[in-house]
Amino acid sequence: MIRIAIFGFGAVGRGVAEVLLRKGDRLRRIFGDFKVVAVTDSKGGLVDDDGVDLAEAIEIKRKRKRLPEGITTLDVIENVEFDVCVEVTVTNIDDGEPGLTHIRECLKRGIDVVTSNKGPLVVAYRDLSKLAERNGARLMFEATVGGAMPLIKLVRNDLAGNEIYAIRGILNGTCNYILSRMEKERLSYDQILAEAKELGIAEADPSYDVEGIDAAAKLVIIANALMGMDVRFEDVERVGITKITPEAFEVAMEKGYTIRLIAEVDKVEGVLRVSPRLVPIQHPLAIGGTLNAAQIKTDLAGDVVVVGKGAGSKETASAIVSDLVELFRCRS
Amino acid sequence: MLMTIVVELKDQPGQLLKALEPISKLGGNIVSVYHQRDKITPLKRIPVEITIQIDEKKANELIEAIKRNGVVIRSFNEVRLTATTSLLLIGHIIHTDIGDTINRIDSTGFAEVVDIHISMPQLNQPSTAMVTISATNEEKLKKAIEIMKDVCREKDITVIEPLELQ
Repeated sequence: MIRIAIFGFGAVGRGVAEVLLRKGDRLRRIFGDFKVVAVTDSKGGLVDDDGVDLAEAIEIKRKRKRLPEGITTLDVIENVEFDVCVEVTVTNIDDGEPGLTHIRECLKRGIDVVTSNKGPLVVAYRDLSKLAERNGARLMFEATVGGAMPLIKLVRNDLAGNEIYAIRGILNGTCNYILSRMEKERLSYDQILAEAKELGIAEADPSYDVEGIDAAAKLVIIANALMGMDVRFEDVERVGITKITPEAFEVAMEKGYTIRLIAEVDKVEGVLRVSPRLVPIQHPLAIGGTLNAAQIKTDLAGDVVVVGKGAGSKETASAIVSDLVELFRCRS
Repeated sequence: MLMTIVVELKDQPGQLLKALEPISKLGGNIVSVYHQRDKITPLKRIPVEITIQIDEKKANELIEAIKRNGVVIRSFNEVRLTATTSLLLIGHIIHTDIGDTINRIDSTGFAEVVDIHISMPQLNQPSTAMVTISATNEEKLKKAIEIMKDVCREKDITVIEPLELQ
């Protein structure tokens, strides 16, 4: 019996709960029986050793916007017995909290962690991976980069044995939406941003996306976790998309280019940056809409390109569930 | 075009001027002058490598003029620009002295702006330019891109680089 605790019950946490409910039978066939023994959010939580009723938890959260008070995540870590923590609290790239403490406390106790939270990995990847190793726990984080687009396990498993020279890609769906709409409609940045906000693609304060902060955080995870580097968020050269004009697309198009926000880490050239780039229109990274894409340059496999949905609760849940499967498939 | 001329000069005052004077007379632009003092000839002449920018049609006339001034020309050849790329610039490109922006590349002696296409939507609005730069090789081209990025940082112009150099 696999005992799961879910920390964070926003869109991602609920998405995971829904998938565990809906696909319970299928998942039990893959990795054996499981139950969720605790669910927490920033205000409280639900604990049940026989398994929390996930449908009820989702309903409570929907109605009251919060889980019942009286339980904290740290209480759960200290007092409840579980095998894996799904850490899906809000990303904070300044100090990684509260996720960083949650993950540390779990790894210390030898509890495996699956997370979508970029903050702790950006701030302390090296520490966390050492901590996991020392305690015989595993840290999985497919959902931190590229949502449903397979990248972390693709490089670690399927491309294992390859030297990774460089990885570059489109790691922020909001920016890609804005740029591909500007390319098509030749409207100003502000006009398209307003449209993206209305569609729920951009936040009320879009700076985290449009200034390239989100993409830079993901790039740090890629560099440290997949390429054996030791870089910090501040090391990323970063230019956002706010100054791009509709004419820029016209002028670029005459030479066969479009413009995309590209995150790039290149060990050979010593490059670590997020910036708008001229991309040939037939290039595999010249994708449209909110898609994410990544091009991996390797010594044996040559170039590998992946494309997929980079955000959304269902898509992020897909990545989290794939990590759970990876962790527990071997057991049964 | 960019060309280099290697002349041999006597180690006396006023010699260099004999080589340089025809260049400015013909509208050429001197990019660099390098005295190869370590390669002094048996006749005690100093080889001097001069890199210049000049109208292609005037190149032969220039060589003749330098010879007429009594300067020994050891060799001359056009510097071939083999690496080319385009950069997109967004900002107040004209009003931040576009001549200077171009010249900062052209004056390197290893790269030059070979094409520029500007789109100006409205007065006081940022304009957009596709600037094509050629350099003697890929290494120098990368250097030229870095110079352009520095210049544009000074002038608050956004530079959009290509995903890869051709």
